[in-house]
Amino acid sequence: MPVSLLWAVDVYGRVYSLSTRGQQWEQCRDAVLEFKRVTAVQQCCWGIACDHHIYLNVHSSDVPIRYQEETFENQRWNPLDNFSDRLLPSDRWQWSNITGLEHQPLDSFFLPSSNWEWEGDWYIDENFGGEPTEKEGWTYAIDFPATYTKDKKWNSCVRRRRWIRYRRYKATDTWAKIPSEGHSGPLPDPFNDISCGGWEISEEPRGRLSLWAVSLQGKVWFREGIHHHSPEGDGWEEVSLPGEVVQISCGPGDLVWAVLWEGQLIVREGITRDCPRGSSWVVVDSPNPEAGAIHVAVGDNVVWAVTKDNKVWYRRGINSYNPRGSGWIGMIGEMVMINVGLNDQVWGISCEDRAVYFRQGVTSSELSGKAWKAVNVPRDGDIRSHSSASSSSLHSAGCFFSGEVRAQSVMSEDSDTKNGPQRAVLEEASLREADAKSPPLTHLAVGPAGVRGDAADTCSLSSVATYTLCQEEPYGADEHPLWAWVSGGGCGVDCHSQLNWFNSATALSSSVQSMSLSISPAQTAAWRKQIFEQLSERSKREMDNFKHYEQAIEQSVWVKKGTMQWWRDWKPHKWVDVRFALEQFSGPEGNQDGILFLYYNFNEEKKYLHAFINEVTILVPVLNDSKHTFAIYTAERTKQRWPIRLAAATELEMHDWLALLSVSCCDSRGIQGPPSKQALWSVTCKGDVFVCEPSPSLETCPYPTPCDQMFWHQVGGHLRLVESNSLGVVWGVGYDHTVWVYTGGYGGGFLQGLARSTDNIYTQTDVKCVYIYENQRWNPVTGYTNRGLPTDRYMWSDATGLQECTKANTKPPSPHWTWVADWAIDYGISGGTDREGWQYAADFPTSYHGHKTLKDFVRRRRWARKCKLTTTGPWQEVPPIPLSDVTIIPCGAQSIVEPIPLWAISNKGDVLCRLGVTLLTPAGTSWLHVGTDQPFKSISIGGASQVWAIARDGSAFYRGSVTAQSPSGDCWYHIPSPVRQKLQQVSVGRTSVYTVDQHGNLWFRQGLTPSCPQGSSWEHISNNVRKVSVGPLDQVWIIADKVQGSHSLSCGTVCHRLGVQPMEPKGQSWDYGIGPTHVTGSRHT
Amino acid sequence: MADDKDVLRDVWFGRIPTCFTLYQDEITEREAEPFYLLLPRVSYLTLVTDKVKKHFLKVMKAEDVEEMWFDFEGTPLKWHYPIGLLFDLHASNTALPWSITVHFKNFPERDLLHCPSNSVIEAHFMSSIKEADALKHKSQVINDMQKKDHKQLWMGLQNDKFDQFWAMNRKLMEYPTEEGGFRYIPFRIYLTMSDRPFIQKLFRPISSDGYTHTLGDLLKEVYPMAISSDDESKRYQVVIHGIEPLLETPLQWLSEHLSHPDNFLHISVIPAPSD
Repeated sequence: MPVSLLWAVDVYGRVYSLSTRGQQWEQCRDAVLEFKRVTAVQQCCWGIACDHHIYLNVHSSDVPIRYQEETFENQRWNPLDNFSDRLLPSDRWQWSNITGLEHQPLDSFFLPSSNWEWEGDWYIDENFGGEPTEKEGWTYAIDFPATYTKDKKWNSCVRRRRWIRYRRYKATDTWAKIPSEGHSGPLPDPFNDISCGGWEISEEPRGRLSLWAVSLQGKVWFREGIHHHSPEGDGWEEVSLPGEVVQISCGPGDLVWAVLWEGQLIVREGITRDCPRGSSWVVVDSPNPEAGAIHVAVGDNVVWAVTKDNKVWYRRGINSYNPRGSGWIGMIGEMVMINVGLNDQVWGISCEDRAVYFRQGVTSSELSGKAWKAVNVPRDGDIRSHSSASSSSLHSAGCFFSGEVRAQSVMSEDSDTKNGPQRAVLEEASLREADAKSPPLTHLAVGPAGVRGDAADTCSLSSVATYTLCQEEPYGADEHPLWAWVSGGGCGVDCHSQLNWFNSATALSSSVQSMSLSISPAQTAAWRKQIFEQLSERSKREMDNFKHYEQAIEQSVWVKKGTMQWWRDWKPHKWVDVRFALEQFSGPEGNQDGILFLYYNFNEEKKYLHAFINEVTILVPVLNDSKHTFAIYTAERTKQRWPIRLAAATELEMHDWLALLSVSCCDSRGIQGPPSKQALWSVTCKGDVFVCEPSPSLETCPYPTPCDQMFWHQVGGHLRLVESNSLGVVWGVGYDHTVWVYTGGYGGGFLQGLARSTDNIYTQTDVKCVYIYENQRWNPVTGYTNRGLPTDRYMWSDATGLQECTKANTKPPSPHWTWVADWAIDYGISGGTDREGWQYAADFPTSYHGHKTLKDFVRRRRWARKCKLTTTGPWQEVPPIPLSDVTIIPCGAQSIVEPIPLWAISNKGDVLCRLGVTLLTPAGTSWLHVGTDQPFKSISIGGASQVWAIARDGSAFYRGSVTAQSPSGDCWYHIPSPVRQKLQQVSVGRTSVYTVDQHGNLWFRQGLTPSCPQGSSWEHISNNVRKVSVGPLDQVWIIADKVQGSHSLSCGTVCHRLGVQPMEPKGQSWDYGIGPTHVTGSRHT
Repeated sequence: MADDKDVLRDVWFGRIPTCFTLYQDEITEREAEPFYLLLPRVSYLTLVTDKVKKHFLKVMKAEDVEEMWFDFEGTPLKWHYPIGLLFDLHASNTALPWSITVHFKNFPERDLLHCPSNSVIEAHFMSSIKEADALKHKSQVINDMQKKDHKQLWMGLQNDKFDQFWAMNRKLMEYPTEEGGFRYIPFRIYLTMSDRPFIQKLFRPISSDGYTHTLGDLLKEVYPMAISSDDESKRYQVVIHGIEPLLETPLQWLSEHLSHPDNFLHISVIPAPSD
């Protein structure tokens, strides 16, 4: 679980945050102002300060927020001046945008606000469609607008080049004021409430957010244009209303509810990807006709409300089709306000003691949760604020809280108030009445209705909540913090999270947990060391001198039996019931060994099949949406590409067998404990993680160990890619781009008992999408309908069209996965889509494009549904930046504190260099952002710190001058890709560089020398390659498709290049290994 | 050694070199040679001494042989205690091999239980496991197991099959993560100098306020005498499987890793050697 923050404001207007790992509230020190409300999301927190302005606190990240400004310089040829900026009158501007329609000279670009700064000056982009242009970046054409080429031809009459400049958002980790201006000048009245959300409405990379605000006069405003590159947004747009609003709440998705002054609630409808503001409001009655609603909080699929009598209500029947829900359920507890955060988790501030409460037991199946539990942790400044409170109490002697509350006014920075320097107090709902003995007091809050009255009188009523508690009370007032507002929108907890918030006994002893993952404190505890030492002493004392004694118990055979289903070897292939037995016995050297027997009937005849445990090369769980299946491979069966496929009756039974077989296989090969540092790591296409202990003969010449004899065993966890080096530093990336670092443990998942360690195993989750396609055919009468030709594919199908996949019958990939969202249209499919997500084509199956043309008769759109897996494994998360690729230097550091170069690419395409990675701290400390002119997709670092990368446009780059002193290098050298090929992936060994292009061709870089590290040209090696991995000795491993097996061609086979020699770095031929288990690459070391 | 799993193996494969000598008063046809054997610490005397019996019967007449029993320096050895416990309790600080005297006569009815067959040992072993699980999981785990699973535990012990035993025993060692440990820790504390055979009480691995109990906490609660204060010299040794774990060792960890196959943590408190 990554660390995330719960935000809260106390009644003094001080902003605090509580980390999910922490055990105390940390005050937000740089908030010079008191705040009224905050609304947090993962990347930032918005707040309304006492001056009624809106402030934004963007959390700093190792990847800065950068925006690329671009403009084009256009020139025309004439016989006199050659190419010059003298254009024809009909031509575009001399400086323009890409279309030529807008005039854009360099000096017309300004920073959007004082929160931005320029990264550097303007410079010319020399990269053209993945190829270096040289020639100062000019591209040539016959005329504007036309197709540009990088070479000047005889008929090139015009040319243009692109200038780029980056600006960077600098106001991170501080409260930056957002100018309160609508599109038509300053807003008439100040804001009173604010709510941020909506990041799930569109796809992640853009990072769009919805920000809704309520003004004192009850108007609602929507902030336009907030997205990743523009955290502040553009401006406010008023949203028309059926009444006057007091408070609004916006969920992560399309749920927006607001409370009207009269106590009813309104629900926003028509919120879509194209229209995040929505289109209309629908009124929903208050849960209690006598007491109107005063507060509402929405999440993904839930709505909670509070009525004037402080009763808490839960709305039934909310889903994306019915944002209104169906009815109210009264809940236990009296709250002042409620907030719904990530995963629909709920927080509230109790009416009675003003403490923050967390709703326990909220799960996707039980969204209303079970019970309220007080968040009971101290504040970091408890001692400090104590003293400050007592100093202020000098001014307000005789003020009491709780029943006899007095409020003390404070000075405000805002001087334009009509109320003079003394500011009033506003705090919703908590204070029924306040005793107005305190002389400087001018206004008191008496719940929302009261405020409403005040607001009518004094338009610019300020509303700073500031109470001071009396020190004459027997107990220090600050013993018990009083909270005014809480926001969990950025707080990533769920019902499985282990929180330290409820147990203050140990709170102060361990306030901050270190991020270094290498050695857990429990592992190094003195008591454990003592036991280990004493046990080995005991063995020495009691056994070493007596080895010649006879053993009391003789070894014998042990058998485990069971029933299973077997995918039989002969046609027609089908599942048949078989008896299954494992006979285990002690081998000659005391090692365990065994034989697997599979008894079946063939033509009424009893037969059996067997496999020696020490010949099994891999046990793989296989995805099957209804059966619990796994496959057993031996070297022989790998050659045939035909494993023993088995299905157990229950998941538990399969796990029992897999765990037992896995232990037996490891025992028979003498493998125990965690993988060695030299281990080879790989992941299957299903996401299971496997390791292989390399034998010394793996690289021997001329007869290396054949790939099909390598033994792979599983470790827990679920990953999309894994990278390791020979020092035992292993990083993985999940399907949801979450980054994980190997903890040194082993086991997890189904591996229990002996096959796992007790430490360093953590919960791991992964999220991926299941895709189905909706297909339609055009007919002249009704247009596009779901009525296809009889020969057509299913109208709801998989990508191939061969399998029918409807929304209802499509299941998660295996019983371990659970749906976590509903079906949604996927706009991110390659080829582009129209506004409704459709892609068009002349016929099935061809290539699709995102707009309709006259030649198109069919269309399809992709639907995606997220599912989630929760498992365990020796992995710990490296927050917070999601990655798409990672690479670790294959060898190098020898001392445990020497930094290990590690590079990565974020899922947005940023290139990152990890600092502080050592053997002791394999997770490293922070990311260093390495600027690029375009997003990247693949990266690899070689044994001599050569960094090669592939950009999204398919071109290759070499990073110059990467050394220990300058770990991020100095500049990128553009390497042209092979002719007409877009490169996909790169891997660098000690000296050699291999790439794979989009068509599966494997390319070798020729001419690499120390003086010319960029090389000279690409040489084609092989086709049908999915992925390549080059080791530190330039060993080449690939994942190949279409490898011949006994029954069929297989995909995803691990192959090893034979004949790689110092003088022959390209090698000679391939050795085909395991598959079709779909192993995707690991860095072999 | 770096991993907890190795602890399980070390515990399981702990052996005590033993020299069996026939009691001098037994009538033999010729002189009986001593018999040397490596005894598994986690097993039971009568389960692993078939070879001893065979060895001595060779020199004895059938009519002189009754039920076999053992003593160490005059103390009859209870077969229903694990061998390692017997050794720690009576012979910790003596020279190896452990010298055990074998008797075939004058069975000490007051001190020992009869052990006519291995099924008696099995019954005793299984009842200990059940009692331990009652403490740990309100018997839920053991009751969910099938007869063959119970058999697997016993056969694992009987045939010294670590994997076979632990494949099943791991289920008995599981607990809900949110509870942080077993309900109660199955333990027995043995005192050489007391008339009581052992002390057994209900004791939780985690206190109600979330504090992790240690071995020291247990002793403080159950037998405070065993802990010597800082200013005095050590009076007692607290021994489990022949080692003295530190008092700050978490009890839950001890229960998971240093329990005998019967799922009890057998703790010996013996006087410290006065050298």
